[in-house]
Amino acid sequence: MALMTGAQILIEALAREGAEVIFGYPGGVTLPIYDVLYDHPLRHILVRHEENAAFMAQGFARTTGKVGVCMATSGPGATNLTTGLVDALMDSIPIVAITGQVPQALIGRDAFQEADTFGITRAATKHNYLVKDIDELAQVIHEAFHIAISGRPGPVLVDITKDVLTGKGRFTPVSELRPLRGYELQLDPEATAIEEAAAFVWEGERPLIYAGGGVIAADASDEVVELSEILGCPLVHTVMGHGMMRPDHPNYVSMLGMHGGYAANMAITECDTIIGVGVRFDDRVTGRLDRFAPHARVLHIDVDPAEINKNRRADVGVVGDAKRVLKKLNAKLRETASERADENAKARTAWHKQVFGWKREHPFDYEPSLDEIKPQYLMQRLDHFMGGESIMAVDVGQHQMWAAQWVRFNKPRLWQSSSGLGSMGFGLPAAMGAAVANPDKTVVALCGDGGFMMAQPELATIAANNLPVKVVIMNNGTLGMVRQWQELFYKERYSQVQMSDGFPDIPMLAAAFGLKGTTVRNPADLDDKLREAFEEPGPFVLNIHVTPKECVYPMVPAGGALSDMILGPQKPVMAGD
Amino acid sequence: MKKQLISLLVENQPGALMRVAGVLTSRGYNIESLTVAKTLDPTLSSMTIVVDDVSDDNRELLIKQITRLVNVIKAVDLTDSKSVQRELALIKVSSVRPELRSALTKEAEIFRARIVDVAPTHYTLEVTGSPDKIEALIDLLHHYGDVEMIRSGSMAMARMPKNQLPTPMFRMDADEASIETAVDSQG
Ligand SMILES: Cc1cc2nc3c(=O)[nH]c(=O)nc-3n(C[C@H](O)[C@H](O)[C@H](O)COP(=O)(O)OP(=O)(O)OC[C@H]3O[C@@H](n4cnc5c(N)ncnc54)[C@H](O)[C@@H]3O)c2cc1C
Ligand SMILES: Cc1ncc(C[n+]2csc(CCOP(=O)(O)OP(=O)(O)O)c2C)c(N)n1
Repeated sequence: MALMTGAQILIEALAREGAEVIFGYPGGVTLPIYDVLYDHPLRHILVRHEENAAFMAQGFARTTGKVGVCMATSGPGATNLTTGLVDALMDSIPIVAITGQVPQALIGRDAFQEADTFGITRAATKHNYLVKDIDELAQVIHEAFHIAISGRPGPVLVDITKDVLTGKGRFTPVSELRPLRGYELQLDPEATAIEEAAAFVWEGERPLIYAGGGVIAADASDEVVELSEILGCPLVHTVMGHGMMRPDHPNYVSMLGMHGGYAANMAITECDTIIGVGVRFDDRVTGRLDRFAPHARVLHIDVDPAEINKNRRADVGVVGDAKRVLKKLNAKLRETASERADENAKARTAWHKQVFGWKREHPFDYEPSLDEIKPQYLMQRLDHFMGGESIMAVDVGQHQMWAAQWVRFNKPRLWQSSSGLGSMGFGLPAAMGAAVANPDKTVVALCGDGGFMMAQPELATIAANNLPVKVVIMNNGTLGMVRQWQELFYKERYSQVQMSDGFPDIPMLAAAFGLKGTTVRNPADLDDKLREAFEEPGPFVLNIHVTPKECVYPMVPAGGALSDMILGPQKPVMAGD
Repeated sequence: MKKQLISLLVENQPGALMRVAGVLTSRGYNIESLTVAKTLDPTLSSMTIVVDDVSDDNRELLIKQITRLVNVIKAVDLTDSKSVQRELALIKVSSVRPELRSALTKEAEIFRARIVDVAPTHYTLEVTGSPDKIEALIDLLHHYGDVEMIRSGSMAMARMPKNQLPTPMFRMDADEASIETAVDSQG
């Protein structure tokens, strides 16, 4: 085989790993790569800021389950990526980031655009590499994809020195991994663990499935639904778990946690058995940990052994891939059903009734208005137009929580939210990545007015690539979530949260990018405008003015127990137990 | 809160040390000592780390989070398990008065320290042993002159459970206590 440059080897290796598109931004040391891309079939989307390249790669990955790829130059390009990398790390999203590095001979000499990318991204990635030898390059790319997608998914960064990119070497396609002795995957559960888990589950009188991002990552939605059906067991999920069960399923409760539903939070507080699947007992879910699920014994299924016993001690811990574990657990439960199913059947039925009684008594709720568009009403209308089948990427803040409460998803991988890191600026680029990956689906980017302003340069990328994203700005004139906390916990001293001053005229802004856009203020106009946007085959920007002073409820005050949740502005505190 | 003694087997690769140290420092832990060297298999390194003040709750988590690193093959918490822990120290005692010289060499003998360098007014001692023993020797040497020293930090190795002891080296019927004495007397 003829000699190739490192840059050619890199692109060939990426293509062989199945990369369909690179989201990137060029620079000095990555010029050799861009020279290869000039006439290579591998698609490249030129972003307007590298942070967004990482978010777009995530949008691609979150909606397809495949590895997303982003690329940046050395120094500022690489440092701009880091927020998107940490974001992917926190939410366990598989992406591979390629960065250029100054030539080896210059490393450590404060060369132009030199930054210690390898060091800086150590804590931002699942694993990272600095490639200084062209013969390693293809192997490293193969390894990077493997590490990104296997086990607990996450971001992997490959930093490549410029001399490697320009040097010549032989490309030997890699299909075998060299042994990764420190990277042991525990995907299949131990047989005894399944026995133990099955016995444990049957003992529950008030069982509850608490499922999250790990179920989506494992493509184990069907198995979770099956488990809940075998047991007749209610299911609550995290922000990361939308779409694993159809919201009209008789066992579906809602999201739980700080802004979760009343029934979900009551159920976890009162249950005696938690079946935790692909969840990490995050503090936004548990509230005050020592008062979280005080009556429950816990079965915790997770692919990452470090998650078991991290925040809440598990009575039974099963390490393994959620899909494989649940397949075996479901089989074991069916097998033992004839002996065990009757044991607590009565109690379980009564429990199911109780949970859904709570759900009927206190659904998500708000005070409707004829004069103003209530944010919750906006979510209901979006839900209507999306019909449970469209993709939605949200930004961070109040709109994110309202969407999580009101918009329904019938399938996994439709809903995307920067949940663990909560990075404002995520929604728009994540939706763009999703639009690139799913040309057949309607894609909505839902942003606050704050988060939209962080990401708005990417309207240029939308225009340049005619990405049919429906950009919906929920405009409450402020950094709403921060304003809410200042209202509730800082004596209404609204400090530095005004966004309306200087907010652009959206139809004009959109037009400046060559896009269609409109502003809506009147509830009576909302449906027409949404219809117009959804019927438009291309992109559309909607600026929707909503009630400025609305707060998200229910809400568990920081540091409170779930049972301390506040249900609404008038009703103060709910007694839990 | 107490010190945690961690023994690690890691791939001998650039960045491996940074990753392990990063897990500790990003959680605000202070590394009291850290030793790294190649193993019989030159592609692997062993590390021993002593970490200041880790609460009991966090010890298991720390081990798991270090094990999760792609380059880490094994991490073991030796804090409460039986292990042999040794450290090397080089100690220079200077301004030693002539009348104290013979007493100093006696002390060195008691501690099985070797005198590796001598000049008219100073001695350099090399000693290995448990960290306690080294502390004790240093305390003592302060009486003989000005002390300067450099310590390697602890190295630790888990003791093999009795039923795994290879026969050629130890008699299988040797009880725990006699092995302990045998091991200690080497220090
Ligand atoms: C403003 C704001 C408010 C929030 N409020 C809430 C709230 O009210 N409720 C809420 O739930 N969250 C809320 N969050 C999100 C919260 O911070 C966490 O990100 C979220 O709860 C974590 O979800 P998870 O437990 O599903 O874990 P994820 O972060 O999705 O982690 C996935 C888990 O699954 C495991 N896993 C991965 N792959 C597999 C596999 N193949 N098999 C088995 N296991 C696997 C991983 O090891 C990990 O433990 C909020 C975030 C923001 C920004
Ligand atoms: C990059 C970043 N900076 C700051 C924050 C803190 N923060 C969380 S929510 C929020 C307000 C978001 O306001 P907006 O985008 O208008 O959305 P809203 O809450 O009004 O829906 C802020 C500033 C954050 N999450 N991310």
